[in-house]
Amino acid sequence: MRLKNSFLWLSIICGLLVLSFILFPLLRLVSGPSPERMSEAIHDINVRRAIWLSIYTAGLAALISLLLGTPLAYLLARRQFPGKSLLESIIDLPIVIPHPVVGIAILGVVGKNFWLGRLLHEIGIRMMGSVTGIVTVLVFVAIPFYINAAKNGFESVPPRLENVSRSLGASFPATFFRITLPLASRSILTGFIMSMARALSEFGAVIVIAYHPMIAPVMIYERFESYGLEYSQPVAVLLILICLALFLALRVLTANRKKRSRGCFGI
Amino acid sequence: MIRIENLAVSRGNFKLRDINLKIPAGDFFVIIGPTGAGKTVLLESITGLIPLQSGRIYAGGKDITELSPEKRGISIVYQDRSLFPHLTVLKNIRYGLRYHRAREDKDHLNYIITALGLSHLLGRDPASLSGGESQRVALARALAVKPKIILLDEPLNALDPSFRGEIQAMLKELHSRTGITFLMVTHDFSEALTLARGGAVLNRGKIEQIGTIDEIFKAPVSEFTAGFVGMLNLFRAEFQGSRAVINGLSIETGRDLAAPEGELAIRPEDIVLSRQPISSSMRNSFSGIITEIKSQGLFYEVTVKCGELILKALITRGALEELELTEGRSIYISFKATAVHTY
Repeated sequence: MRLKNSFLWLSIICGLLVLSFILFPLLRLVSGPSPERMSEAIHDINVRRAIWLSIYTAGLAALISLLLGTPLAYLLARRQFPGKSLLESIIDLPIVIPHPVVGIAILGVVGKNFWLGRLLHEIGIRMMGSVTGIVTVLVFVAIPFYINAAKNGFESVPPRLENVSRSLGASFPATFFRITLPLASRSILTGFIMSMARALSEFGAVIVIAYHPMIAPVMIYERFESYGLEYSQPVAVLLILICLALFLALRVLTANRKKRSRGCFGI
Repeated sequence: MIRIENLAVSRGNFKLRDINLKIPAGDFFVIIGPTGAGKTVLLESITGLIPLQSGRIYAGGKDITELSPEKRGISIVYQDRSLFPHLTVLKNIRYGLRYHRAREDKDHLNYIITALGLSHLLGRDPASLSGGESQRVALARALAVKPKIILLDEPLNALDPSFRGEIQAMLKELHSRTGITFLMVTHDFSEALTLARGGAVLNRGKIEQIGTIDEIFKAPVSEFTAGFVGMLNLFRAEFQGSRAVINGLSIETGRDLAAPEGELAIRPEDIVLSRQPISSSMRNSFSGIITEIKSQGLFYEVTVKCGELILKALITRGALEELELTEGRSIYISFKATAVHTY
């Protein structure tokens, strides 16, 4: 009993330590900048543009991950095939590669020294210093998070439900959209949010491909380098607040929808 | 009609081989076999959910071997019911209607909902249903699309015994009213006796015997079948109110028996042996003499003669030793009214 109690206390103490470790710097950051500096940042068109670009490119990267990753996630959840674990390790690779290395690797194939880069240049697609380049890099780092979450979601849908649906006359696509997708929707949303969050936080890979147009993390870094902490903090605070609000809104929105549809379940 | 020719299926280590079956249209056919015999695999391969290694399947004279599951007109009802958790009871039942002409037939849908007693549950979430209720919803969902064939995977398993009789009666009624071919798998021979006329015994992926249920019971062709179906005390009895009389022995069944006579079955494992008469909730208790004790591996089959009636009980080795049972010894047998199956 005493052992149990002392373990409980140890857990509480460690918990408090971890909590303050995470919250202390963030609270200090958020309360750091003076109201004047904050208002200055809000009214700076360049800051607003950078934050918008960050959200826009990250959202686009998450959307592309969803469109490209969903069929693959379903396949991984439902089928056993030779080389499956190899495929899964390949999908996880972007998580373990250092971020600047990701940028350099992508630069290697889209740069002018490689045929693919020359081909893209020929057909008028510019990667270096463009939104296209930024989104490409973000999809690379974000897609594993989406695929893994969606795969877990599909795995939690019993195949028998799909079997019953097929035997009742629904084709494979109809079954997917009426049974599998609705039942995996929570995980798919989680995957979307996770991959978007991952994309929003990317800095190292993006800066290799596109210093300009400037996404918010690059701008924060630039201001820190050129003008110091005081000038970079307000942008950082803005980015954090907007991201938090965005994810909270997504969560609330989908939680509400679920409740509502439950409410009007009747005939 | 369903005709299965030389069907072979391989799922990992499990194999179905040489499956040949012919089930007349509108029949109630039962496939009986122990757990792991391959019953569910057989049903899923008939539905088209599992690829065949070889063999052909015909339904209504048409070769459906290559058809995708949704085009076969075969509904499957799983043992775990597999209701769609995100849809209400009504939406579950109506799920397949949009793919069938049955959607114009409101009477059929209403009949099924009423016959299965689901009218008051239509707005409910599947998660809030009891075992018997969800089984009825699963049946309604499968029948609503008016399939040519309905496949039932142990529909009475995992049900409270009190619901079992109710669902059995519903199955019988729905079968005779709709004219749909029913193919049910079960590990319980007494269910086969109650519901079906024709049946097959499946063991380790192979069919051991095909015939009428009566033939299988009376003339099992293999030792396995004999062991599997013979595990039953089956008698012809006269019914009087809630009691069944066999050779002068009056057995309480706990329910009103409408017919003047019929068959009665008691499973050996439902019979309790004791040295003294036991006072308990069990409604049937008789004294008798042990005429035979036969080893069946982990269990012992004890034959007891009660007056003119010979009953078989199944007990463990431990119980045998504890009760010091020997042939010729007198003993008390008891069983619950709910352990008595009549049909």
